Amino acid sequence: MKRVIVGAGVAGIAAIEAIRSLDSIGEIVMVGDDPHGYYSRPGLAYYLTGELHDKTLYPRASEDYRKLNFRYVKGRVKNILRDAHVLELENGPSISYDKLLIAVGAQAAPLEIPGATLDGVLKLDHMEDAKRILKQARRGKTAIVVGGGITALELTEGLLSRGMNVHYLLRGDRYWSGVLDDQESRIVEGRLQEVGVTLHHRAEAIEILGRKNRVIGVRLRDGRVMKCDLVAYAIGIHPRVELARQAGLAVDRGILVNEHLQTNDVNIFAAGDVAQVYDPSTGRSALDSLWSSAREQGYAAGLNMAGKATVYVKSIPFNVTRLAGLTTTIIGAVGAGDDKDLVGIARGDSETWRQLPDAMVAQSGFDVNRVRLLLGEKRLLGAVVMGDQKLSYPLEKIVSESVDISPIREELLSPQARIGDVIAKFWASMRN
Amino acid sequence: MAILGIFQRGPIKHAVLSSGQVTPDPARCVQCGICTYNCPVDIDVRAHAWRGEPVIHSHCLTCGECVARCPRGALRFEKTDLFTRRES
Repeated sequence: MKRVIVGAGVAGIAAIEAIRSLDSIGEIVMVGDDPHGYYSRPGLAYYLTGELHDKTLYPRASEDYRKLNFRYVKGRVKNILRDAHVLELENGPSISYDKLLIAVGAQAAPLEIPGATLDGVLKLDHMEDAKRILKQARRGKTAIVVGGGITALELTEGLLSRGMNVHYLLRGDRYWSGVLDDQESRIVEGRLQEVGVTLHHRAEAIEILGRKNRVIGVRLRDGRVMKCDLVAYAIGIHPRVELARQAGLAVDRGILVNEHLQTNDVNIFAAGDVAQVYDPSTGRSALDSLWSSAREQGYAAGLNMAGKATVYVKSIPFNVTRLAGLTTTIIGAVGAGDDKDLVGIARGDSETWRQLPDAMVAQSGFDVNRVRLLLGEKRLLGAVVMGDQKLSYPLEKIVSESVDISPIREELLSPQARIGDVIAKFWASMRN
Repeated sequence: MAILGIFQRGPIKHAVLSSGQVTPDPARCVQCGICTYNCPVDIDVRAHAWRGEPVIHSHCLTCGECVARCPRGALRFEKTDLFTRRES
C-alpha cells in the first residue's frame, strides 16, 4: 500500500503520524512545493516582530523525519491522473499512489486593483513572504496595510516593530466586524493607535501607484493619494483547489469531503485549509483555517488512509491569538456581521464563528480585559476573551462539552453580572 | 486543587517550584517554538506540547519563561499530585 501526501503542512505531518501509528512499513511519500518544507506558519508573525529566529520555526529535526520513515519530494504536482492513480509533477518523475491526501492549504486572496503587482506590494503566506517583508521593511519609512482579520494585524505589528510608520486602511467602520463586536474592535483599534499606528476608516485603496515598477503610494476611492514605501495586504485566503478541480473532484469553496475526510473519489482524501468538511451535526460543510483543525483533520485522514475507518469529529472552532498585543481567545459561534475588509475567511479563522444562531449576550469589562459570552437556552454557544486569559480554558471546555449552563444563566444575564466570578465558581463546582 | 493552575497562573509560580510542572494544551499550540527558544536549559518544550505531555524533565527549573512567553496561552503550571489523589 503506497500512500502519498501532497502538501508539507501540519495536516500532512499529522497524517503521516497517523499512518505510522498503524503501519510501520508501508511506503509513504510527501510532495511539497514550499522550498522550506514543514514549519510553523502561524509562527511567521513572531518572526516578523523579532520574537524568534526563523530557524526556530522548524519543529522537527531530520532525525524526527527519519523515524517517520517517509520520502520527501520537493516539487509541485501538475495533474492527478485518477484512473491511473498517478501524480504528474512539474519537474520530476511521476509518482503512483494507492491512497492520496491533498493537504495543500490556502493562499492569500490576491489584491485585485491596478498596481498590485508592483515591487513592494507584499502578502504573508509563507516563509519566503516573511523574508521578503523583512528585507523591504525600512526604519523610518512608511507602510500601508490593507485588509482585515488576524493576518492584517500581524503585518501591522511586524512592520511597526521594524520601525516603520504604519497606516492601516479599513474599508468599513471598524476592525474585524464579522467576528468582534463594536467594543472589541474599539479596544484593538485603541491599542494600535497607542503604539503609533495611524488608522483610516472608510478608506479603500483603489490603485497602487508606482515609479520604475516600485510602489510610491496608494490612491483611495475618495481621491486622496497617500505616499508610502510599501503596501502589505491580507484580505482573506483562498483554498488551493485548482489541482482537485482539474482532477474532477467535487469542489465548492474548498475540496468537499465527507466526515471521513474523503472526497468523491474513495482513494483521495483532503484535510486542512484546503478542505471543506461536512459536519453531520449541522448538515453543513465549512472551511476552517486553524492550525489545530488542520492537525486533527490530517490525523483522521491518515487513519482512514491506513484502513481504520475514522469519523472526524469537528471540535468547537477555537483560536488564541494576539490582536494588537492583546491575547484574545475566540471560541464557538461569536458573530454574524459583515466585514468589508475580507473576502471569505482569513488565516486563523473559521466560518463557524459567523454561524451564530439566536443568542443572548453577556459581557463584562470595558478596557483591555473583557469577556463576551453568547448564551443559548441551555448552552454557551461562544465566547470572546480579551486580555486576562484566566477564563479562556474553562470557557473552552464549557462550550466544547456542551455543559448545561441553566444554573448560572440568569446570573450571567443580570446587568451587574461579575461574569468572571460566576464562571470561576461554576467551573470549580463542575470539577469537584 | 485541579483548578489552581488555571486561576493563579502568576502567583502560583513559587508554590509549584518544587511540586509543579508545565502542562501544554495542544489545541492552543501552533508549534512556533517560542517556548523552546526561550528555555534557559534547552528543553524542547514545543515537542512536549505537540505530544500533549507535561514537561517532566529533570533539568526543568519551572522558571516560567515558556509559560510567560507563549503567545497563545498554550502552557500553564499545573500542580503535580505526587502525594494526593487527583480530583478530576
